[in-house]
Amino acid sequence: MPGIGLSLSETQLAAFKQTLTEEQIDHDGLVAEYDADDQRYHVSTPAQQTRLAADELDTVDDEQAAYITNWYFYTQQVETDLKRAFCRWLEQAAERPVPDRYAALASGIKREWGQLSITTTVSTDGTRRYEVRHTEDRDLEAAQLTTYTDPFAAREIGTLDAAGRYRPLRTAPSLKSGWIFSDLSADEMYDTLETFYPATVVNWYREQRGDLDIDHWRDEQDRQSGIYNLITVLPDEAVEWAAAACCEDSQCLKRREWQLSEDEPLAAEGGDGVFPCRGPCSMVVAAGREWAKLERETTRTYEFELTPSEKQQLEAIIDAVADGELETIREADLDNGANRYRVRYLREKRVDNHGNLSGTPTHLPEDDHN
Amino acid sequence: MQSLVIVAHGSHLNPESAVPTHTHANTIRNTGVFEEVRTGFWKEEPSLREVLRTARGDDIYVVPLFISEGYFTEQVIPRELRLEGWDRELWDSDGISADTATLLASDIDTEVHYCGPVGTHEAMTDVLIRRAVSVTGDDELGEGFGFAVVGHGTERNENSAKAIEYHTERIRKTGRFDEVKALFMDEKPEVDDITAQFESRDIIVVPLFIADGFHTQEDIPEDMGLTEDYQNGYAVPATVEGHRIWYGGAVGTEALTAEVILERAADAGADIGDATAQMRQQTAPTTSTVGE
Repeated sequence: MPGIGLSLSETQLAAFKQTLTEEQIDHDGLVAEYDADDQRYHVSTPAQQTRLAADELDTVDDEQAAYITNWYFYTQQVETDLKRAFCRWLEQAAERPVPDRYAALASGIKREWGQLSITTTVSTDGTRRYEVRHTEDRDLEAAQLTTYTDPFAAREIGTLDAAGRYRPLRTAPSLKSGWIFSDLSADEMYDTLETFYPATVVNWYREQRGDLDIDHWRDEQDRQSGIYNLITVLPDEAVEWAAAACCEDSQCLKRREWQLSEDEPLAAEGGDGVFPCRGPCSMVVAAGREWAKLERETTRTYEFELTPSEKQQLEAIIDAVADGELETIREADLDNGANRYRVRYLREKRVDNHGNLSGTPTHLPEDDHN
Repeated sequence: MQSLVIVAHGSHLNPESAVPTHTHANTIRNTGVFEEVRTGFWKEEPSLREVLRTARGDDIYVVPLFISEGYFTEQVIPRELRLEGWDRELWDSDGISADTATLLASDIDTEVHYCGPVGTHEAMTDVLIRRAVSVTGDDELGEGFGFAVVGHGTERNENSAKAIEYHTERIRKTGRFDEVKALFMDEKPEVDDITAQFESRDIIVVPLFIADGFHTQEDIPEDMGLTEDYQNGYAVPATVEGHRIWYGGAVGTEALTAEVILERAADAGADIGDATAQMRQQTAPTTSTVGE
């Protein structure tokens, strides 16, 4: 394990001995027990087995020291099963035995969680430290980024996007970059992630254990009250469109696991995100209410005068808005139907003073509408 | 370990809506009396549905940062938190006296203490008065001042007006202000008629709202005639028909509101040590108010 130079502290040795007076240790490749008869500690790791007196424990080599410090970190320094599971995922513990892991941790193991890049490193006593930054900033020097230390500062970073617009959906892929949380403890790292992406780690953990509770659309419909009762009348095919509109990776980084019902899967893409979405969020429910209102209308036939290019232009405008590309269309890109000059021209030509496309009224005289 | 979970409405449109919740959560976190302080929202994340699973305490106190008892505290929150066996009768409330109920939250298979809303706690009266101090910058104020507590009204929830009347009466009983009145946005006496309601030249106006938003930043200032257009801001105090109106904005943004959250948890059995004393010292009057 080049570069680590592990050493067991007095505190670690005391905890190790204390634990072994009470029980055997069997943790992540380390098996250890205390033999009271010969007053020796039996320490077994994949590469070797040693029998040591109490005052010899601090002489274990790097391989065994790695296993013992690893045991210490995960059992004495990380508090809950949830955090242990997540810290292990961050350092790819399932795929790397401890010595390999420590070698990799020396230079840092990176994992991505939505738009967060989390790097785990290890210090000489086995304590893990964590750094969190935006995935887009992964190649920048820390000095080029604004440093934060309070995990709850993540809330403010995540409140507005780079253009200053409010992000009501924390897991939308619009997190702004330019910041870094460096040198966090496991607890601080967890709170930072919990603040950026609330409840994602706990839902991921429940999924890992096979007990993620999913609220499907019909469960959600049944539970609503007040103004959201209206979603009960949203047609099933509209739920399909709503999921495609709101839940794919370009809109939300959670992986949609909810369906129409357990037995009625939706065809829409659920996304590839690492953390699951266990039920329609409040944004989807609020949007569903709006669509439920709109879907109460029936279609009618209108007649419009448009050139073929104008029809295509309307389609290009729909695409540009739906894909969030308006900001990227260049000022003079007149080939693009959603270019502002093209759209203004279309409005001059095809929209009358009352805002009617092609002069065609939206409502018929016999309608009740104003 | 003790966990505090503050639940609030939040907003899809207004980033300010959740700010008081997070600010007060931070204040309480800093006192260290709870090992953990979590927040959950109807409209933001974590959702009410998922907030309890983010808490790990075995002694969990849920405090709604809402103004009054009603639809949210009695239906939405208990349902979304999955409080088994919830019934509003458990609070045995006359509309402003909800205290606490202990119920199993099936999401985490743990009992939680579900507290009454912050807005109806008696300590909220102190926060309203603290707001008057904040907005005038005068610790000693009272004489010569009228005080208007402003509420939404009964349009959707009769308990909302009860909460306003309750604090109005409590402020009146302190005898500190010359006149104390409740005013409403959608019923009489209306906030539009404020100058006709008071004889005092100086009038403190504090809306009993949790967060600043459309009502407190746009409607109320315009209704009172502080400004023609809220976007242009207004003076504090602003002179309207010979009265000086000291408009304080939503009381829930006042730092001392954190203490009321703690009181709710303490009433439900939480050990809050000397946190309120710490807080009285730390939460100086919140001097920046809406419109400034």
